[in-house]
Amino acid sequence: MLLFIAKRFLTAIPTLIIVTLMVFGIQRMLPGDPALIIAGEQRDPEVIAYIRQQYRLDDPVPVQYLAWLGQVLRGDLGQSIRTNQPVTQLIWQKLPVTVELALLSMLIAILIALPIGVVSAVRKGTVVDYVGTLFALSGLSLPNFWLGIMLILLFSVQLNLLPASGYVEFSRDPLGNLQRMIMPAFVLGSGLAAVLTRQLRSSMLDVLKQDYVRTAQAKGLLRRRVVLRHALRNALIPVITILGLQMGALLSGAVLTEQVFTIPGFGKLVVDSVFNRDYAVVQGVVLFTSAAYIFINLLVDVAYALLNPRIQVGGGA
Amino acid sequence: MTQLAPGVGTEERSGRPQNRALRRLRGRPLALFGAFVIVFFVALAVFAPQLAPYDPAATDFLAVRQAPSAAYPLGTDDVGRDVLSRVIFGARASLMAGVISVVIAMLLGVPLGLVSGFYGGFVDELIMRFTDALLSFPFLILAVALAASLGPSLQNAMIAIGIASAPTFIRLTRGQVLAVKAEEYVQAARALGTGDARIIARHILPNSFTPLLIQATLTIAQAIIAESSLSFLGLGVQPPTPSWGGMLNTAKGFMAQAPWMAVWPGLSIFVTVLAFNLFGDGLRDALDPREDA
Repeated sequence: MLLFIAKRFLTAIPTLIIVTLMVFGIQRMLPGDPALIIAGEQRDPEVIAYIRQQYRLDDPVPVQYLAWLGQVLRGDLGQSIRTNQPVTQLIWQKLPVTVELALLSMLIAILIALPIGVVSAVRKGTVVDYVGTLFALSGLSLPNFWLGIMLILLFSVQLNLLPASGYVEFSRDPLGNLQRMIMPAFVLGSGLAAVLTRQLRSSMLDVLKQDYVRTAQAKGLLRRRVVLRHALRNALIPVITILGLQMGALLSGAVLTEQVFTIPGFGKLVVDSVFNRDYAVVQGVVLFTSAAYIFINLLVDVAYALLNPRIQVGGGA
Repeated sequence: MTQLAPGVGTEERSGRPQNRALRRLRGRPLALFGAFVIVFFVALAVFAPQLAPYDPAATDFLAVRQAPSAAYPLGTDDVGRDVLSRVIFGARASLMAGVISVVIAMLLGVPLGLVSGFYGGFVDELIMRFTDALLSFPFLILAVALAASLGPSLQNAMIAIGIASAPTFIRLTRGQVLAVKAEEYVQAARALGTGDARIIARHILPNSFTPLLIQATLTIAQAIIAESSLSFLGLGVQPPTPSWGGMLNTAKGFMAQAPWMAVWPGLSIFVTVLAFNLFGDGLRDALDPREDA
């Protein structure tokens, strides 16, 4: 087991190195003088000279890369050209908002996916299953920014029930926070719910075929008990892995959801920085998200192995 | 759902695989519905100039934000353009983006997957770590970063989506190669001295065709959503060219005054994407022999 964990950590290292190369590369491959690009709207020669020096733009590219990597490893992702704030500080400011949004939407997704996934599997081939499949495919096909706009139209413009946009911290106004987060969280959760429903249905179908489920039923246990105690518990294991892999999709969705509901989170930071040509921030955020994704999936894999000692995790997962 | 009369089973086994698949697809109403909707939107895109009642770019400041009426069945937008005509023309950007990004993703992904699976060793390791790295970027954040560095346009959005979708095809192709490579007839071909190129072309590619086709259909659905997302953010199709995502971007500013501006472009994205998903799903059930449980 320790060997597996060590191995899993070791494979993450080359991936992380390639990620840094790609993030560095995207910026350096841009046509034109990188100093001018980093400077964005700024055309002050002093600023440009400062950037040339800070990013060591007169050195050979590999030296530039290593210097940048050294900074990154020391936790320095550069500075925002617009606000002069360190990028890491911006990230830590915006991250809690998006994390709250993501956690709420996961909760909603699980609440939707559990019953539908289980019932579709238990009643496989019936109308219920059919409707469940259609529901899941619809969830996958719904552009979440449009769902957001439609919900705003219904609940804010027509019914005047919920605020259309904005954000208040939970610590300051818990009710106001939830009122503003419920629509975005539902929007973000709907896509995840679709993915989880499909995964849960198919893993439930697998588990229901297993001998131990048949044994439990033969013992005369109630069907409900067999499904919930014996089958569901085991069927949830692959679903946890999918949840880890869906973190990326959740972040992508957050970019759009935060844009629709004007929530000052991580996703809005990316889009705003792109339009402000604040490349240091874009670069920092992209690097941070992918490193976080690699780390989360590392943890998921380790948790998976710990939960399921029967599984010999070898080459592919 | 998959109960077949015994006679049908034997008949199925006798036909060519493609015909068999067609026959099985016929028994799936949802997949057929998907195919029908796809054809409908392709027709809209192709015959847009003939079908659209107005010029999609023609502004009319005397008819700004008009509610749906006989003259404008879906209403007009903030500068008096006909929403119906723009929805019809918008099908072009979405379908083109869907198909071309997937072609780009396959052109990148299939060769890399082939090399990775076929040669193994260090090259495989390198390509797989590269794939992991690409997969670790949230899809839209990667596409946003690429589209932003390349500059906002439909063409660059398609390139960005294509690159961001490539990993799926790399992994899929690699998996297929590994499975087929272990087959006895491939071992035999190799023992007879058949060259690598010939083994790939004669044995591996034909066997990978079906899963790639299914994946491509499902990826088109994702790519259409991705393009409309980028256009919604202002990083895809640039105005005044009509696109569903771009129309929603404008509509967001007029939700209280002109809600009809937001309804139809979004509904078109939803229905088109659902159609590709339904068709792809049905295709998988019809073509994948393992699904026969």
